Amino acid sequence: MANVETMTINMGPQHPSTHGVLQLVLELDGETVVKATPHVGFLHRGIEKLSEHRTYHQILPLTDRLDYLAPMHNNLGYVLAVEKLLGLTDAIPERAQVVRVLLAELTRIKSHLVWLACHALDIGAMTVFIYCFREREHVMDMYEKISGARMTSNYFRVGGLSADLPVGIEQEMRDFVNDMPKHIETYEGLLTGNIIWQKRIKDVGVISAEDAIDLGVTGPCLRSSGVDWDLRRDQPYSGYENYDFKVIVDDGCDTWARYHARLNEMRESCKIVHQALDKLKPGPILADAPKVCLPPKQDVVNSIEGLIHQFKIITEGFKPEEGEIYVGVENPKGEVGFYINSDGSACPKRMKIRSASFVNLQALPKMCEGSLIADVVAVIGTLDIVLGEIDR
Amino acid sequence: MSEHAAVGKLKGKFSGSVLDVVEFRGETTITVKKEDIVAICTFMKKDLGYNFLADLCGVDYLGQTPRFMVVYNIYNVTTKDRLRIKVPVEESDATVDTVSVVWATANWHERECWDLMGVSFNNHPDLRRILMPADWEGHPLRKDYPLQGPGREPYQGRLK
Repeated sequence: MANVETMTINMGPQHPSTHGVLQLVLELDGETVVKATPHVGFLHRGIEKLSEHRTYHQILPLTDRLDYLAPMHNNLGYVLAVEKLLGLTDAIPERAQVVRVLLAELTRIKSHLVWLACHALDIGAMTVFIYCFREREHVMDMYEKISGARMTSNYFRVGGLSADLPVGIEQEMRDFVNDMPKHIETYEGLLTGNIIWQKRIKDVGVISAEDAIDLGVTGPCLRSSGVDWDLRRDQPYSGYENYDFKVIVDDGCDTWARYHARLNEMRESCKIVHQALDKLKPGPILADAPKVCLPPKQDVVNSIEGLIHQFKIITEGFKPEEGEIYVGVENPKGEVGFYINSDGSACPKRMKIRSASFVNLQALPKMCEGSLIADVVAVIGTLDIVLGEIDR
Repeated sequence: MSEHAAVGKLKGKFSGSVLDVVEFRGETTITVKKEDIVAICTFMKKDLGYNFLADLCGVDYLGQTPRFMVVYNIYNVTTKDRLRIKVPVEESDATVDTVSVVWATANWHERECWDLMGVSFNNHPDLRRILMPADWEGHPLRKDYPLQGPGREPYQGRLK
């Protein structure tokens, strides 16, 4: 009866490959994982509670701090939800829509770069990390020029954008997406043919399509289990229906499939950025909704209406009618949903954030039980979790 | 706007259970009795194809009876259709049957709902706190829980 006794060890919350403060309690039989129990909540900041005490405009900066690797996506999900609540969805100007798509896709590339960098580093391929962060730095620089911040962008607004794009940024974006496919080839050159890389991720962390749907897994993890589902195509928002892109589906179900899916998603994102840049025409960036959108500064200082609107929005906020809505968007990590329940006041009665990482992490025990302890690291990496989003 | 197709089918099967149907911004919300939630969810999944539970959460309507609502946002992956089911929950008996037997993903959502809203779930396989520490007292997302923490005056905040 040598195999009956198991050993329990703690992995995290201070462990370099748990990507933040995730604790896993692993029950081991030798090197085999018998049971894995994730413990989360170390980064809980009560964003949902806080948002019940803030106006709709004031909540926006909180959403940056959910998935801090893809802040623009969280902003986008939130503003789309509030716009739907207000019935403003069709009033968003064309330019604002295109800029949203543009930045959402750059953010997807940025987020996937961090995933690849950390995933490879966890498994032992250090060089890729440096390369990925070099490219990510370009996106961060663009972020800084556009929104003034490298990570907490807070750039989108209910009704449009906070400011127009800076001069010359289009060319910078164009250059970036022109170069990106070459860089992706470099990463592939470093990893795909590498026998160690293959052995570490092929047939590791397998999850079937039925299990993935049952556990609520979304995003590239679900698509790599052979489920053809992408909210950008299936429930288009911000004009995604006007872009030509492929939804990457792979029925490999393992970490290898997810690795390829995300790399190909980056390529598709580059295509979308090109198309968005072609569509980008001068025009207004805020909807014509003076009771919701802050007026431009010159209106505030030159007209009494502008002054009143600004004063009312800042001091009181706007009051959507009573009702409830749910909007889901396709984040780099999966479906992020905002459920907003409004009681007709200036603050939401309840805002529930359905975060992709929280739900995807639920699949971790299923994916690593029965495999080796070293594979746990690969599975955490392939799930692409962000603890800021899990704990909210 | 015409009624959602699933509403008719649900009313046909569970005529006594459907309390209310609301359309808002093109989204349908069906309020049902909490006794039948597992049967209704099973029906939604098995017969109507809503195989994906996107989200589950509790809402506190402090001052109203029943005080809580548990909200299920469900999705049909094949027809790409969303639907919302709600069940009213009394404060004196703040329990609902678990739907984690229907969708495994409900497990953590229900733990979160228990942790933050204090609505517990019968027959749940592993009902522990998830975001707050295990020895925490109170349920922070309840409206009568002070924003600044326990033992503090409630935040008066903005005038609503």
